[in-house]
Amino acid sequence: MSQLLVGLINGSFYAMLSLGLAIIFGLLNIVNFAHGALYTLGAFVAWFLLEYAGIGYWGALILSPLLVGLVGVIIERLMLQRLHGLDPLYGLLLTFGLALIIQGLFLNAYGSSGLPYVIPETLAGGINLGFMFLPKYRAWVIIFSLAVCFATWYVTERTRLGSYLRAATENPSLVQAFGVNVPQMITLTYAMGVALAALAGVLAAPIYRVSPLMGSEMIIVVFAVVVIGGMGSIMGSIVTGFALGIIEGLTKVFYPEASNVVVFVIMALVLMVKSSGLFGKAG
Amino acid sequence: MNEVKPTAEPIVTVREVNWRQAIPIAIMVGAFALAPLFVYPLFLMKALCFGLFACAFNLLIGYVGLLSFGHAMFFGCAAYAAAHTAKIYGFPPELAILTGTAVAAVLGAVVGALAIRRQGIYFAMITLALAQMVYFFCLRAPFTGGEDGIQAVPRGKLFFFLDLNNTTSLYYCVLGIFTAGFLLIRRIVHSPFGKVLKAIRENEPRAVSLGYKPNQYKLIAFILSAALSGLAGGTKAIVFQLASLTDVHWNTSGEVILMTLLGGLGTIIGPVVGALMVTTLEHYLAQLGAWVTVVEGAIFVICVMSFRRGVIGELSRLLKRPL
Repeated sequence: MSQLLVGLINGSFYAMLSLGLAIIFGLLNIVNFAHGALYTLGAFVAWFLLEYAGIGYWGALILSPLLVGLVGVIIERLMLQRLHGLDPLYGLLLTFGLALIIQGLFLNAYGSSGLPYVIPETLAGGINLGFMFLPKYRAWVIIFSLAVCFATWYVTERTRLGSYLRAATENPSLVQAFGVNVPQMITLTYAMGVALAALAGVLAAPIYRVSPLMGSEMIIVVFAVVVIGGMGSIMGSIVTGFALGIIEGLTKVFYPEASNVVVFVIMALVLMVKSSGLFGKAG
Repeated sequence: MNEVKPTAEPIVTVREVNWRQAIPIAIMVGAFALAPLFVYPLFLMKALCFGLFACAFNLLIGYVGLLSFGHAMFFGCAAYAAAHTAKIYGFPPELAILTGTAVAAVLGAVVGALAIRRQGIYFAMITLALAQMVYFFCLRAPFTGGEDGIQAVPRGKLFFFLDLNNTTSLYYCVLGIFTAGFLLIRRIVHSPFGKVLKAIRENEPRAVSLGYKPNQYKLIAFILSAALSGLAGGTKAIVFQLASLTDVHWNTSGEVILMTLLGGLGTIIGPVVGALMVTTLEHYLAQLGAWVTVVEGAIFVICVMSFRRGVIGELSRLLKRPL
């Protein structure tokens, strides 16, 4: 039961990260390799805020995504924008380089063992449900990330802003011709995707230690999740993320040796059966 | 999808290209043959192994346009296979290296068959994910020695008479393997098969309309690239008497991409130059720990932003001749 909970928590991180990747891919046509590093950065910013500014968890939950989003704006404006129109592989290579820089800087400063981040007081402790003990913080992470995922889905699928976004994904030049500032929208989309990663990082900080390597392990699994789900649909990313987290949790119970690789095995199986991914379009 | 470049290159025949490229290649091999007089041979051998690895990787990215983010799995598994057979079964070095190559080729066939089902960005993510799976397998498998790796691999005697514990004979043996692998890659690139690969890269639907089956070609190219990476990995295991988790880690996949990008994607000697540069860099920055990662990341960013042809690619453009 507790493994299932861990699975759900991992699933919520997978969902939030793959959601961000999917939004960015939709508009910028690049896969943001730096996503894992920015998730790490989100966790570190939360730690910095607590350590040096005395700003606690709740402040960090808002400030960290904002600050990392700002970093995203800088990355997009200074670098990614100039790669527009080139082979998307260059975007992947560039963001891989950025990921290496961020990871290397944190490794230099803090080593690989990681730093602790305490659970906020209001969420410390747990509830005894009779059949299991439910730590409050873990329940909060699951509920909050579900809410964030559905809010993102709502914004992109049901609002006017979201309709611009989807239209620009289909045909940017036409949308621009209608008077929408597409370059600005691209920048904000990248910032938003990155902010989601940072938010996941803050949520993860009290559960896992804040460590420079937390993102690089995560991003590879998230890539597999994205291949399984396909980056075509927002809902697809959310469902696949949570589902794979649960499957991973269950594998830990029944066959612990395979829990690290189960997501990759599923990816291989999906590729054999339906190579475009479960929710994806061909391509 | 791909960048459209107006080509102003004069039309030259294949034979002419072959001759023009022969000179830089001869200079490169000659320089490597004389280099141990001036440079520490073990360092040169590392550069040669990674140079061959980068050339094998370049066969995919430079000539088929497929970016593999998991080539360390072929390099590393071949290293494990060579180390294991040499140490436990007492294979002579040439047989151990060939076993490593064969293991990499088989793994390449399996991974390639899965990965070529998707293109572009997805191909990169799939190869990375599968390589991570192989990494976890190597971490757990009983014969890889886990965190310690396989250490103290015997170098043995090449063809039962040439003792490879002698650094000079080892060096020229490695140079021989490198040159053979390098020339094979060059032969593949210039063969009719290589021309079809380039045609598929430039315009896949058109290649299909001409009756070629792109996936078969891509798979064969993938297996060749994997096998040659394995040749490099197996040789590396014999030279350094070590096969470890570093060889299969995604960091190594990233490094080989960096070498190729820095040297010049799709150039013949670019990857070797890139490998030489990156190994030198690592050699000098080794005591600085994680700063190597930062510098490598910065080189990635600089290359992509303003230096996409790489060192040899730029040089080739200045000299107006293929290198």
